Amino acid sequence: MMLLIRRTEEKIGELYPEQEMKCAVHLSIGEEASAVGVCAALRGDDVIYSTHRCHAHYLAKGGNLKRMVAELYGKAAGCCRGKGGSMHLADPEVGMMGSSAIVAGSIPLAVGSALAFSMKGNDRVAVALFGDGGAEQGSFTECLSFASLKSLPVIFVCENNLYATHTHISARQSKDNIHQRGEPYGVPGTQIDGNDVLAVYEAAFQAVERCRLGKGPSLLECRTYRWRGHVGPDYDYDLGYRSKQELEEWMRRCPILTYERSLVSAGICSQSDLDLIREEVDEEVARAVTFAKSSPEPEMDELLQDVY
Amino acid sequence: MKENQAIRQAKYVEAIGEALVQAMECDERVFVMGIGVDDPTGVFGSTRPAFKRFGKKRVFTIPLSENAITGVGIGAALSGLRPIMVHARNDFLLLTMDQLVNHAAKWSYMAGGRMKVPFTIRAIIGRGWGQGPQHSQSLQALFVHTPGLKVVMPATPYDAKGLLLASIGDDCPVIFIEHRRLYDTVGPVPEETYTVPLGKGAVRREGRDVTVVASSLMVLEALQASQLLQSDGIAAEVIDLRTLSPLDDELVFDSVRKTGRLVVADTGWETCGVAAEVSARVASNVFGSLKAPIRRVCLPNSPTPTCPSLEKEFYPGAEDIAAAVRTVVGRGKEPMRPRASARTQESWDKGFTGPF
Ligand SMILES: Cc1ncc(C[n+]2csc(CCOP(=O)(O)OP(=O)(O)O)c2C)c(N)n1
Repeated sequence: MMLLIRRTEEKIGELYPEQEMKCAVHLSIGEEASAVGVCAALRGDDVIYSTHRCHAHYLAKGGNLKRMVAELYGKAAGCCRGKGGSMHLADPEVGMMGSSAIVAGSIPLAVGSALAFSMKGNDRVAVALFGDGGAEQGSFTECLSFASLKSLPVIFVCENNLYATHTHISARQSKDNIHQRGEPYGVPGTQIDGNDVLAVYEAAFQAVERCRLGKGPSLLECRTYRWRGHVGPDYDYDLGYRSKQELEEWMRRCPILTYERSLVSAGICSQSDLDLIREEVDEEVARAVTFAKSSPEPEMDELLQDVY
Repeated sequence: MKENQAIRQAKYVEAIGEALVQAMECDERVFVMGIGVDDPTGVFGSTRPAFKRFGKKRVFTIPLSENAITGVGIGAALSGLRPIMVHARNDFLLLTMDQLVNHAAKWSYMAGGRMKVPFTIRAIIGRGWGQGPQHSQSLQALFVHTPGLKVVMPATPYDAKGLLLASIGDDCPVIFIEHRRLYDTVGPVPEETYTVPLGKGAVRREGRDVTVVASSLMVLEALQASQLLQSDGIAAEVIDLRTLSPLDDELVFDSVRKTGRLVVADTGWETCGVAAEVSARVASNVFGSLKAPIRRVCLPNSPTPTCPSLEKEFYPGAEDIAAAVRTVVGRGKEPMRPRASARTQESWDKGFTGPF
């Protein structure tokens, strides 16, 4: 799954300059482990809410690759019929409840789903995915407080990639301690190596268990890094807000390579198995691109559909 | 507005950048804050010159906490500073509506006028390249609706500078709404400081047959429409409101008295929008001069679709204004929305590529 996300986003980056994909793409290359680790701990009927950087979340939750790529190309076959685009992926069938381009905008929505699950008395879980920037909004703190008050089955997952657009966390937050922000409200928090998919899975699994047992919300802070620029496919270290050296250090901690190495050294699979998987993934991505490019645009009378 | 031929040409974004620098030079109480104002891109380049000149002390980024920081801005304004807050999209103003509407707009009034809130809030409308429903909104009507807020929407580089300097100098909270698609447009901009008064519109083109009232990007569309109409022998008068609140009623009324017909074009939605307000004022005040029903050219009643095909269909342009004009002058039937494919692409619409 991590590889599928990686290769899909790399392909998007490759195709973007063709200027056919007309929407703002925010890639999460380098951050795959947190999306995959969290979603692997969820059931199909659990739900997630996401942000502008939502490709990985959608795919990890079981989203349809073809429909995602078609959405980026603004086609009727897209998961939002072309009306949402890259920043607003949604697919209720797989529990992807939507993505807001307003930072922290979807955190309360996840809490709302958790409220619904709790009121209905089922054991489903809701997850709010957001960045370190999202943790700066008042609604994040307010949600911690409310979710704790009602012991809601919600997991707050902060993918802390250290930057919001071009500003380092140290210029935005007096203390780099997002995982501790739930403490005053009684929400337990953990900081995890967000590039270690198993560590993320483990922590998410425990948080999910807590939710299902009715013990209330948890907060996970996944430390990770985005390789490409805030928006668009380019590496942007030349802008001067972060160094190439910093980027390269994080690239050495690639979540996919690390995981592959551990699989090989544990004897679970061989390098040639991995090569085969890679080929299959690339073929799947290519098929999705062909599908997206060749599928039709929405009909003009769809413009005013779904307004009321 | 008579501009000297020799005046330097500059882009809209440069005019804004220069206004910030000059305001800060003239008045040390002025400072700029907002997400990314000090980063390498500096809000599409608009805050870059001010940051370069004055540094982080007076041009600084803020956490993603827009509502709280808006309140902080109000407090700073009440305490003798003149803050400027910048938002890369006007959507983010929605997070600050509590501070804007419940606090900034009313503080002076509640204090019996004994306090002032000299606070300028810049916000940019996005459009095109799949900005989508949230990042392309044109929310001026929300602010115009609130007494106590001034609302400014410059259409030209000259106005961008002059109106921004006037806004910063004003003692009231001003919502200053820029259009991203105007950023690269070029026009005459004097190097020295000057102000364009708030509350005064401008006649951009004189005509006797119909009055077209517009603001921001729609001024360019209206001017383009007036060209299209010329070949039909229709002379449209184009009025640029420049400031939506206060609104230059008299300029509009005078023009309607002359032409007897009105089309209002706005970048926002039709229902309860700025065009509705202009129409209502004209209907209430110079009804006797009207020879035809008023027409509005606004956004259709839906959020902005992301996909390029529907997005093109979504935005009204010069052809839609021209069609509305033909109807009010009795040369056309009920205006049909011309198909996007039939529309001309203005120069500001070309060569715009992602990421936004
Ligand atoms: C309320 C709000 N303010 C500002 C923005 C502009 N903006 C878009 S993404 C972004 C940075 C978000 O950083 P973070 O939450 O850490 O997520 P990341 O992009 O790093 O994944 C900003 C400031 C926005 N979309 N919404």
